[in-house]
Amino acid sequence: MAERSFAKEVADLRLGAGEEFRGEGILAITKALLQSGVGYVGGYQGAPISHLMDVLSDAQEVLAELGVHFETSASEAAAGAMLSASVMYPIRGAVTWKSTAGTNVAADALANLASGGVKGGALIIIGEDYGEGSSIMQERSHAFAMKSQIWLLDPRPNLESMVKAVEDGFELSEASNTPVMLEVRIRACHVHGRFIAKDNKPAPFTLAQALENPQRDTNRIVLPPAAFAQEKEKIAHRLPAAIEFIKRRRLNETFDGELGDIGIVLQGGLYNGVMRSLQQIGLADVWGGTRVPLYVMNVTHPLIDSELTAFCAGKSAVLMVEEGQPEFIETALHAILRKAGISTKIYGKGVLPVAGEYTAEVVSAGLHAFLAAEKPEALPEHIRGRNEPVQPLADEIKALASVVPPRPPGFCTGCPERPIFAAMKLVEQELGPHHVSADIGCHLFSILPPFNIGTTTMGYGLGPASASAFNVKAGKRPIAMIGDGGFWHNGLASGVGNAVFNQHDGVIMVVDNYYSSATGGQDVLSSRADNRSRSTKHPITKAVKGVGATWVRQIDRTYDVAKMRDTLKEALTTQEKGPKIIVASSECMLNKQRRVKPLFNSAVKAGRRMVRERFGVDEDVCTGDHACIRLSGCPSLSVKRSADPLKDDPVAAVDNSCVGCGNCGEVAEAAVLCPSFYRADIIHNPTAFDRGLSRIREAVIGFLQRRRDRRRVVFS
Amino acid sequence: MNAMTPIRDGDETEAGVAEPITVAVLAMGGQGGSVLVDWIVALAESQGFVAQSTSVPGVAQRTGATIYYVEMIKERPDGRDPVLALMATPGKVDIVIGAELMEAGRAMQRGLVSPDRTTLIASSHRSYAVAEKIAPGDGIADDNKVYTAAQVAAKRFVAFDMEALAERTGSAISAVMFGALAGADALPFPRESYEAAIRKVGVGVKASLRAFAAGVDGVANPAEPPPKPNMGEASPKLEPIGDAQVDALIMRARSEFPAEAHAMLAAGLSRVIDFQDVDYGREYLDMVATFLPFQRGDDVILIRAAAKYIAGAMAYDDVIRVADLKTRASRFKRVRAEVIAAPDQLVAVTEFMHPRIEEVIGTLPTRLGLWLETRPRLLRALDRVVNRGRRVRTTTVHWFLPLYLLAGLRRFRRGTLRHRHEVAHREAWLEAARTAAVSDPALATAIIELRRLVKGYSDTHARGLSKFDKALAAAMRLRTRHDAADWVRRLRDAALADEDGKTLDGAIATVATL
Repeated sequence: MAERSFAKEVADLRLGAGEEFRGEGILAITKALLQSGVGYVGGYQGAPISHLMDVLSDAQEVLAELGVHFETSASEAAAGAMLSASVMYPIRGAVTWKSTAGTNVAADALANLASGGVKGGALIIIGEDYGEGSSIMQERSHAFAMKSQIWLLDPRPNLESMVKAVEDGFELSEASNTPVMLEVRIRACHVHGRFIAKDNKPAPFTLAQALENPQRDTNRIVLPPAAFAQEKEKIAHRLPAAIEFIKRRRLNETFDGELGDIGIVLQGGLYNGVMRSLQQIGLADVWGGTRVPLYVMNVTHPLIDSELTAFCAGKSAVLMVEEGQPEFIETALHAILRKAGISTKIYGKGVLPVAGEYTAEVVSAGLHAFLAAEKPEALPEHIRGRNEPVQPLADEIKALASVVPPRPPGFCTGCPERPIFAAMKLVEQELGPHHVSADIGCHLFSILPPFNIGTTTMGYGLGPASASAFNVKAGKRPIAMIGDGGFWHNGLASGVGNAVFNQHDGVIMVVDNYYSSATGGQDVLSSRADNRSRSTKHPITKAVKGVGATWVRQIDRTYDVAKMRDTLKEALTTQEKGPKIIVASSECMLNKQRRVKPLFNSAVKAGRRMVRERFGVDEDVCTGDHACIRLSGCPSLSVKRSADPLKDDPVAAVDNSCVGCGNCGEVAEAAVLCPSFYRADIIHNPTAFDRGLSRIREAVIGFLQRRRDRRRVVFS
Repeated sequence: MNAMTPIRDGDETEAGVAEPITVAVLAMGGQGGSVLVDWIVALAESQGFVAQSTSVPGVAQRTGATIYYVEMIKERPDGRDPVLALMATPGKVDIVIGAELMEAGRAMQRGLVSPDRTTLIASSHRSYAVAEKIAPGDGIADDNKVYTAAQVAAKRFVAFDMEALAERTGSAISAVMFGALAGADALPFPRESYEAAIRKVGVGVKASLRAFAAGVDGVANPAEPPPKPNMGEASPKLEPIGDAQVDALIMRARSEFPAEAHAMLAAGLSRVIDFQDVDYGREYLDMVATFLPFQRGDDVILIRAAAKYIAGAMAYDDVIRVADLKTRASRFKRVRAEVIAAPDQLVAVTEFMHPRIEEVIGTLPTRLGLWLETRPRLLRALDRVVNRGRRVRTTTVHWFLPLYLLAGLRRFRRGTLRHRHEVAHREAWLEAARTAAVSDPALATAIIELRRLVKGYSDTHARGLSKFDKALAAAMRLRTRHDAADWVRRLRDAALADEDGKTLDGAIATVATL
């Protein structure tokens, strides 16, 4: 079960020829797969391509009608290996993941796939997570395409071009027996646009047909001597076939403009941004017209030498707009022009920054510098003399720096991971700080205030492995974090198995929230939900015991902060050898609320007795020290200015978004903070018994309260 | 292809014809920014525009700051598609919507708001960031800077509390923001088309339309900082209340103290009488009055500080006080209001308490308490019995009664061990202030204000107390300096900057070099 329902998007997958599709880029790509007669799809979820996986998960019926096999792969390596179905059989397959994180994981499979080559079209859709909003290290997928000889598509970021890239990609793959990567950037994945749909096509050759008529060709298997032949074949046959196909089908686009002695060479994905920069200085319009000639590379690997030389010949200078580093394309362009004896000057890195996202401002600045040097008369009068394309900020705006707070992502309201770190904080207060190897997932938010826990992160599921060196005699043990997602991705083997085998003495904290939550709440092996098309409910404790772990503790309610604290303390101090594994389980609150809230509301509507819990703070008991917030950071636990003239500092307050998880009360209790917190159980549709009991209580309590109130001195 | 693409049959000067209209939404994850953007896209498409929206959600949707961007342009008669940008260019945004005040501030910092074209629409409510909430003191950022900046940065600035309207209309803030967008009339579309867009997207239509209407009307509000919580309203008045004993104290306070201190004295007097009894109120006035001789001219700062902090120190938070506050009828009423319980709903309240042996012996008679204090092993044994979290269900008779009886112990309070400790600590503090006051009333005021550091319970309280003691000791060492008061205030602010007192230690080290 994913974070949201995709019923409307699934309906869009059924659109037929001539109908207009309106929606997100990544969903257009999903539809394009079905229009291309894909036979199977796999992948590993992660922004920005999670929606492709989520929609197909919900579209089992559509897939069944078309005979498409879809699976949620265990990892990107598993997804990459899945493409081997296209090695011997004329079946189109597509896999997807977040890159470069996922491409790193899949690199082994991809290298083997690319070496042997493919018969059916093999498409790898990578969500290039670079720039603002990214959650991973900043690298280029381009290097993978180059080193393994996989063709790389980087289409213009509009739905029509992206859909076309999927269709072209399969054909290119088949024409050149080479897998193809389709790179889409974050914003392109989430862009809302439209295209005219085609009918879906069932795969002409099915997986069942392949199974029933198995084929093999040792020349396609990566083993010497075939491997040497494959390396030569890549250059001798597959590359020329690809170049021929790209040229013939005009996958790259040239846009002519009247300023013929200059030009811009750019990656397709950057087209809209470059056009907007040109438009702002009057060199282009919003309808695609341009005065500066453009060569748009919808294919960024391989480069088509003849097209590049033809574009650059006769120009005094071109600007190369290539995002990320190293600048593979620019370097290649220099070589291509040099070999062809063309003296056109190349601007690129230098007027543009070497590293970082090419935002609108960055591209504009680079464009100005290029034009100022090569074609100043093309710049409008008011810009020509200016060094800074952007006006400096007024002092009043600069003063905002002292008040606008940083707002990084953090744990949601009621997140079950929060009490785990609150407990770790309490242990830290008792036993001192420990080395904590963090992992990828929502739990990585622990590195930020208020928790400030976690030292390194080495990759998804690699938290425990990254603590493996700390396996020496010492006064303190290391703690390694890992989520249920990372655990099943590879952590069972790389983390737990590794620790058992090497007799590691550290603590492994498995954060089990029933889903792969950071990527959108997809099910994993240990999910507790019923899932029609997947096998779930495989406990993590069983798996770790299966690989030989002996000190294993299961905590079924992470909100029990005292128990969390005591268990962790025991793990850090026990005499027992080997890894100490704590599985801390509670359902992801974001998903739980999505699941439970509608049920709750409809039950209330139907007149059933329902109890909603939420927390509050007695503001006259709260002294405004905020110790509770330093152990929580919950969005619903905030502060407010007190109306009490005797108080200087804001008091704590719980707002109505509270979901009643209990963390703040448990923390106040476990950390011996203060008695300000209360839990209110709000009983909807109370029964006659409830009401009767309440009347008796109110009578007794009310009598006593009135008695004391009479003696109180109240100022006016 | 032609170099440029002239448009036939269109007035190029009209909004959104030759150049796209650009809209940026800065929100926090979970605020429904994507719903707002869906509405804007549906709205534009219904009015013959091509609309493109983008976002960078990813993990940012987990409560962090995030930005959505929309461009829209009127469709061409020839059906040709526009090339629209996927991210905002600073200086080129027509409408910026900040879903929270500081997010509007962030938009200005990013240069997205410009005086020649941008309508800035912001919800004036604050959702405090972690950095603002975790300071042991007051970490809340100053709103006014955002309003000042918006006057300079934006062509037009619309701000009102959209969160409050959302709550009042039982909907989400996104619908109010959509209403504000319509009310600001920054897009060339009629109001009905907005409502039609809400119906078309079809999520919680009824409530959304209500909130939308509230948003449209909200635009009429002036875009200025909301008034700060009025101290006067929460403060009692120094006027007779019809109780002979109390009225005598009130009349005494009125005649003995300068008028500018009356409001604070009323607050203090009412607090200490409420805490203990009328006699305690008399003690309070006596104690504050010891500072009257040091008043210079009309300067009441010292007296006001004394009135404020002595009351706080006298009304310390002990077990009896907490039990009293938790069992009051007014508290039961407040809880119901806070959790927004409907009249037909029942509310049961559970407290999270964790008494330690310290709290227990603090409530014992002084001699018994002192006797126990000197027996650590016995104390530890008793602590094992007492020291554990207790869920106290105050709305049941079974739990209410013991709390009620505990609150009734206040008549014995003067004889408790805790009271003895508090009195001794208070006396040392006030004596230090009085000593300083002889030569430097400003320093005396700063010393009195140090009391702000003492707050919280158990460990937090102990840490606060130790900061207070350190700062007070440093203050006394500074006594001979003419700028001692400024230094002591700096020490206080340093003490409030972090929990474990590192900043304070640094500041004290600096003071030592003076």
